[in-house]
Amino acid sequence: MSEHDDARLKALLKKHFDPVVTEPIPARMYLRRPPWIGYARAAMLVAAGLAMGLALPLLRPPAAPALSAGGAPFALRAARAHAVYAPEVRHPVEVDATQQDHLVKWLSKRVGVALKIPVLAAEGFELLGGRLLPGPEGPVAQFMYQDGAGKRLTLYASKPNRAESLTAFRFVREGPVSVFYWIDRECGYALSGELDRATLTRIATSVYKQLEP
Amino acid sequence: MDYDLIVPYIPNLRRYARALVGDRDGADDLVQDTLERAVRKFHLWRPGDLRAWLFSIMHNVFVNQLKARRIPTDMEIDELIAAPASSVSGEDVRDLQRALNGLAAEQREVLLLVALEDMSYADVSRTLGIPMGTVMSRLSRGRERLRRALDREPAKAGLKVVS
Repeated sequence: MSEHDDARLKALLKKHFDPVVTEPIPARMYLRRPPWIGYARAAMLVAAGLAMGLALPLLRPPAAPALSAGGAPFALRAARAHAVYAPEVRHPVEVDATQQDHLVKWLSKRVGVALKIPVLAAEGFELLGGRLLPGPEGPVAQFMYQDGAGKRLTLYASKPNRAESLTAFRFVREGPVSVFYWIDRECGYALSGELDRATLTRIATSVYKQLEP
Repeated sequence: MDYDLIVPYIPNLRRYARALVGDRDGADDLVQDTLERAVRKFHLWRPGDLRAWLFSIMHNVFVNQLKARRIPTDMEIDELIAAPASSVSGEDVRDLQRALNGLAAEQREVLLLVALEDMSYADVSRTLGIPMGTVMSRLSRGRERLRRALDREPAKAGLKVVS
């Protein structure tokens, strides 16, 4: 019997090559860009400073699961926001569910969209509360839900970005996080969670029905 | 926006390339070529799995590099492409790299995507453009071969690499 079973092989490979992830990225990998990127970059540096701040912690620690599947920018931001806040033990939300009326009014006003909070009790999820987040084109609302087992779901809502086209129901995975999203003229919504596709689809359908009468 | 979406994947691409190619400079050249190609082709990307898309570009670039050196990808002697790097420190690292280099490039790709990127068979199948059955057979052959190479190595100096 070989001492190098599958799990050991994997552990051996990860042990030797994971340190590459935290090596500084060679400057040439940033610099050789097509010229148009220069303009985009100048704008990005200002506008996306905060967004990068969210992305970097995911990138840095070697222990953290490597960033994996991508998605449309909107879904990607939602997945990252989920990854940042869903594991929070003490401060998962800014305003908790006991102040639900205030939460809806406050976030609707800041985001500039009349938001509604879907009820997911039938799916086993209760509202924990919500928070305000920075987005590339203005404030974004994040509502967080939790089920009896402590599993969390987040609903990310913002005004549609002009660069992003309207879209019907789409599904993407970003690492362990699955995201269902749709963008209509009024608002873009993304439901994220570490759930299998079938479960998330069921819940997203319920959210969709409640938000888009 | 394009490039900023890609940047977070650079560390993963580098890790994979390092294991695939073996030496730091060769690996970073592979990453660099992959990034340039990804930026040029970004309009072809449809929202979906960006990681799989980037790794599939790296696969194409890698295969082209092998072809340019006229080394068929199915050949079992890849030491030529990836001479153990002097920059790698530590005897065991060198042993592992040598054992990896003893695999066919196509087996190495599957093995590393599964081990380092935690890709599912379906992800690997999509990334490399090969059927799932092929993914599984390459993976099991690759694992078997690597295992044999590593079991043979222990602590003996001047060991011979699988040929």
